[in-house]
Formats: sequence, C-alpha cells, structure tokens
Amino acid sequence: MIVTRRRTPDTGDRRLETGDKKHMEKELKVAALRNGTVIDHIPADKLFQVVSILRLKYYDHPLTIGNNFDSKKMGVKGIIKISDRFLAEDETSKIALIAPNAKINIIKEYQVIEKRDLVLGDEINDVMHCVNPVCITNHQPVPTRFYVIQEGNKVHLKCRYCEREIAQDEIKLKKK
Amino acid sequence: MNNSLVSITDYSKEEILSILDSAKDFEANPNRKSLDGKVVATLFFEPSTRTRLSFETAVIRLGGKIIGFSDAATSSASKGETLNDTIHMVSCYADAIVMRHPLEGAARYASEVSPVPVINAGDGANQHPSQTLLDLYSILKTQGTLENLNICMVGDLKYGRTVHSLIQAMSHFNPTFKFIAPDELKIPEEYRVFCRKNNISFTESCELNDNFNDADILYMTRVQKERFQDLMEYERVKNVYTLQNEMLEHTRPNLRILHPLPRVNEISMDVDKNEKAYYFQQAQNGLYVRQAILSKVLL
Repeated sequence: MIVTRRRTPDTGDRRLETGDKKHMEKELKVAALRNGTVIDHIPADKLFQVVSILRLKYYDHPLTIGNNFDSKKMGVKGIIKISDRFLAEDETSKIALIAPNAKINIIKEYQVIEKRDLVLGDEINDVMHCVNPVCITNHQPVPTRFYVIQEGNKVHLKCRYCEREIAQDEIKLKKK
Repeated sequence: MNNSLVSITDYSKEEILSILDSAKDFEANPNRKSLDGKVVATLFFEPSTRTRLSFETAVIRLGGKIIGFSDAATSSASKGETLNDTIHMVSCYADAIVMRHPLEGAARYASEVSPVPVINAGDGANQHPSQTLLDLYSILKTQGTLENLNICMVGDLKYGRTVHSLIQAMSHFNPTFKFIAPDELKIPEEYRVFCRKNNISFTESCELNDNFNDADILYMTRVQKERFQDLMEYERVKNVYTLQNEMLEHTRPNLRILHPLPRVNEISMDVDKNEKAYYFQQAQNGLYVRQAILSKVLL
C-alpha cells in the first residue's frame, strides 16, 4: 500500500490523497506494525531508491510506503514500514549510501525494541556503478567493489579497480 | 593472494627502495640465469614499444622464456573472450603475466582472478607502476637522493598515469612539485587533495617559459591522443608546450629532463644533445628496474 500526503496548493490544507475517512482508518491500521522494520527520515527524493534496494516490489507481506510527510528537520520525508522483515547488514549499508541520515526502528509485538543508525561498512560490493566510463566494471562482467572513505561528515567511495573516487552525490545504484 | 604488482601504492617505501637497490645490482650485471625454466606471458591489449620490449628483454636476459601477444586483434579478446577467461587460460601456461590493457582497473581484476602474479604494464590512464619505479631509479641515479627534490611536471597532467603514480611514489620523500599544464589538462583535484593530505608543497601554472629554473627534475609528458574522448579538445591542446634547448640556459646544473616516451613534439630535437636530457638513459634504466620487479614477483 502506498500513502502519499501533500499540501493542497491553494488552501494549504493537509489531507490524504483519497481524503475519505475510510481510507484514514486503513492507514492507521497499517501503521500499527506488530513485527518488522520501520525506516524513517528517508529524503523524499530517495524513497523509491530505497524501495528498489530492498526489492519491495516483490515483497508479499504487508507493507506501507509513505512519502512527502512533513518533517521539522527535513522539510519533507519518506517512511517505509515492512512487516515481518529485519534488514541484513548489507541492506542497511546500501541504504546508508543514499540516505545516510535515515533511522531504522526494529519493532517486536508493537514495541520499538531497537533504534539503529545507518552505518556504512568498509566496503560496498556490487550495489552501484563506477562513474568512470573506462572502468573495467563498465565493460566486462566484473562485480563492482568500492572502499568507503569517511572524512568528517563526508563520505567518498573509491573504486577498487580503477581507483576513481566518487562523491556521495554521484552515486548511481545498479538496477536489480 | 599472489605476489602481483598492480599499483605503486601496493609497495611501501621500504619495498620501493629495495627494488631500486636490486635494479642497481642488475645494472652492474644484467645477464643471469635466475629465471631459467620460467615462462612469462606478455599480454599487450594496447600498443607499446619500450614497456613490452624492456620486459621481454628483462626476461630473456634472466634466462626465462616469453609467450604472449602485442596486439589484442591477434588474441581471442577480438572474438569477445572475457578478460577473466583469457587470464585463467594464460595462467595455465605461464609463471607470471605482464599485462597492458586500455580499461582502467583491468590489472587489479586480473590479479584477483589469476593464480600467478600479474604485473601491471599500464591500465588505461590509471596506473603504470614499473614506469614509476624506473622514474624513481632515474631520479635517484641522477640526483644521488630522492629526498627534498624540486620536481616540475609539464604537459598532460590530467590523463598522464605516469604523473599520477610518480606523485604518489614521491610522497615518501618530501618533494616540492610544480605542475605546468593548460586548463584542459590540469592535475585532477584528487591529486591536489593527496598532496595537501601528505603535506606536499605544490604550485600550478599554465606557462612553461622559465618556470622550471629552480627544478632538479623536469618531467615532460606527451598529450596522449588515445586518452581523449573529445578529439576537438585534443586538437586544442596537443601543441601547447615545446621545450627548446635555449630554455635550459639558466636552469640548475643538476637538472635532468625525464620523459616516459614516446615523445611527439613536446621536446625539440636540439635538446637531445644537452647533457641535461636524460630520457633515453631513463628508458634504458627500465630494463634493470623490470629485472628487479620480475625477480621480486617470481623468486
């Protein structure tokens, strides 16, 4: 289920796109996650990339994907609630690449049992393309490998093969 | 993990100095039988004269045998064979692989899939560590030290892999750099960052003129047509700097001019007779340095 909230340009009213009470009830029902993972504070323009990373298109348990919600810190944000799924370390690494300030909450029996910050591993394997057009990984069936270089708040990735350094805003994820 | 040499950054300062020591021994006595019974494959997917011939001479003078190709068109790569398969196949026949490839990162990948050592003889505009080691050997031979030297680099500082590798290698020895290049071929930002991180002083200029009068080493480079994706850009910059003999009049007596070769027109022929021209001896030094590298990876 996808819920999209937005401000109506002429009145400034906030409402669900469908707007009816019945729909509102459905939203609340879905929001009460019994067991699973909530990914909050996703930049609105990165939400569907996170959906793609987690391959949620093929996920057959209850799922809520919401976007453009008001956020004091971010202006607008996205949120994903996934029933009965707990993310693997490589999945959180991938999300950290594109949404490093997102927050992960682990839910068990309706309670948040763990809040987790996203942490990039030392190496990112076969998730993104190298931006160098003459890198071997763009011409031969070679899985990409990048070293993560953290300098203060900035993160760079260095291709293990062509040694090109890539800034975070240059990251182009692979389509799976 | 085999004993490959892919990037100059694979070697510590001590390993670099050890190779240079070993090269000095090979210069004194280049003909030995230490590689007797060994087979070395030279896979050149991209043209080369000096690098291929000096590696092959190095193997032959050490008593080893050579297999390989000097043109990708004569290999199965032209039929679409992957690098993975070529390397696996060649490693069934050879004890080591010397490879030049136009794609950047090809040598690192080959070293991962190969059970025998791979020596990178140039991967696109990325790395060319044996050239860097012979540059260091030439600098050491002509200056008596690698420490605290003024090094002026001229020409294609953007695509020139020898320039990038030499900056990384010299970072062990407290150099001062002057980078002279047209705007289109300026040193990439990541190497400026590298210099700052390693407390290496550097200045930049677009003018050749007498900008190298305080230099110990003048490192000239060719504008490499094969590295340009935009040939219009190549045409704009190809003849920007030409070193003339009279420009050397007020330079330091110990100055030596290096060039990885081939040159096109960036060094005038009249410079060749100047005692400060060292590029042909530099090419000869490549033989001894490559003998040292082969010995390190194979013995």
